[in-house]
Amino acid sequence: MIRVEHLQKNFGQLHALKDVSLEVDKGEIVSLIGPSGSGKSTLLRCIHGLEKPDRGNIYMNDELMDPQNKEKYREQRNHMGFVFQHFNLFPHMTVLDNLNLAQTEVLGRSKEEATKKSLELLKRVGLQEKKDAYPNNLSGGQKQRVAIARALCMDPDMMLFDEPTSALDPEMIKEVLEVMKDLGKHGMTMIVVTHEMGFARKVGSRVVFLDHGEIIEDAPSEEFFSNPKSDRAKDFLSKVFYE
Amino acid sequence: MFVALDKVFTMENVLYLGKGALISLGMAILSLLIGLVLGVLGASAKRSRFFILRAIGNFYVEIIRGTPMLLQILMLFSVVPSIYTAITGNVLRINVYLIGVIAMSINSGAYSTELIRSGINGVDKGQWEACETLGLSSWQTMKLVILPQAFKLIVPPVISEFITLIKDSSLTSCIGAIELLKASQVLGARYYDAMSPYTLAAIFYLIMTISISYIGKHVEKRLAASD
Repeated sequence: MIRVEHLQKNFGQLHALKDVSLEVDKGEIVSLIGPSGSGKSTLLRCIHGLEKPDRGNIYMNDELMDPQNKEKYREQRNHMGFVFQHFNLFPHMTVLDNLNLAQTEVLGRSKEEATKKSLELLKRVGLQEKKDAYPNNLSGGQKQRVAIARALCMDPDMMLFDEPTSALDPEMIKEVLEVMKDLGKHGMTMIVVTHEMGFARKVGSRVVFLDHGEIIEDAPSEEFFSNPKSDRAKDFLSKVFYE
Repeated sequence: MFVALDKVFTMENVLYLGKGALISLGMAILSLLIGLVLGVLGASAKRSRFFILRAIGNFYVEIIRGTPMLLQILMLFSVVPSIYTAITGNVLRINVYLIGVIAMSINSGAYSTELIRSGINGVDKGQWEACETLGLSSWQTMKLVILPQAFKLIVPPVISEFITLIKDSSLTSCIGAIELLKASQVLGARYYDAMSPYTLAAIFYLIMTISISYIGKHVEKRLAASD
């Protein structure tokens, strides 16, 4: 579904990604994990085009994603939903308007159609009763669920999550992960940058471990956690699990 | 000090000063509005992809902010008639209020450019990214997401720009506009008492500026409702 070939990205002197290649198939739930500064968020942002890679190509369904080919590129990007660490909801709009905006403006749905879809998705994330609230009156967990619903309104084939629970209070992490788990159950292809090892192990189908801008290990979740091959992955896992 | 207060403080004179105050207020309102239009253009230029537009925007702001408004008014007052004469061959009977409003608008436009630009920059970068991932065009993003939020940030400094303009409209007295300050000087000369009409003028200025501050605070509160 998505194929990344020889991706390189530098921020000045910093080599955020050094020759990264990755392929994700339909229905996979891939967890990108690694120490901070390993390049996992940069990789995710490059896949969506929020960062422009210095080198390398990205293919969606075997078709090159080329920013020069504007119309096509726009359409390709619209197949991906993106969820941010800091939610990035529109604070001046109600929850319902947050969900309706791009549906009416980008997909050209009528207000009724959009609202129907929005309410359906709010129900799915368990926030139907918050449709008229403003984002600043929601808890972090609720904001993130709204953000997920907002991305889903666009009918993406694939969802990208950039540390979706890192900005949340501990007691709100689960409600967000549950929503993501439910998405996975329904067959959504997902790439998740996360520090939630429990989620990566139990819900994720595959783990891609990055360090210093390189993919060090790429394995099925259970195998990665029970039997990591590289020293760097072993070292990382020994640091994140407190025993 | 107030040697002729009783003679100055008549209904007729107060109305005369009141008329001057209305002229000051009118010039300030017009300049603020035209200045905001120029500010939108200036901010767009400064944010443009094109170097030449950015350069024009920067040039405008730096030239205007770097010179006194009084000088700008005086230059416009002397330059416009000579250009008119050069082009048409006729002598221009100049309307000093019009010149005043033009000069103040151009001046205010430079400050508004910076206000609007910093308002737009003040909106969280994540908002642009969220719009990008939802497929909104940059124009849709600007119109529907960024400007409504920037507006809230811009209101307080625009209120203080308005107050500045009311006070600075007094500079047009130098080219003969009979606004509030000039009106008080006229009364001062008539009664050989400067302090009494000046004090009345100060009171008129304060009534205008304090009212605007008050309204401004009210507007800010209403805008903050969704925060």
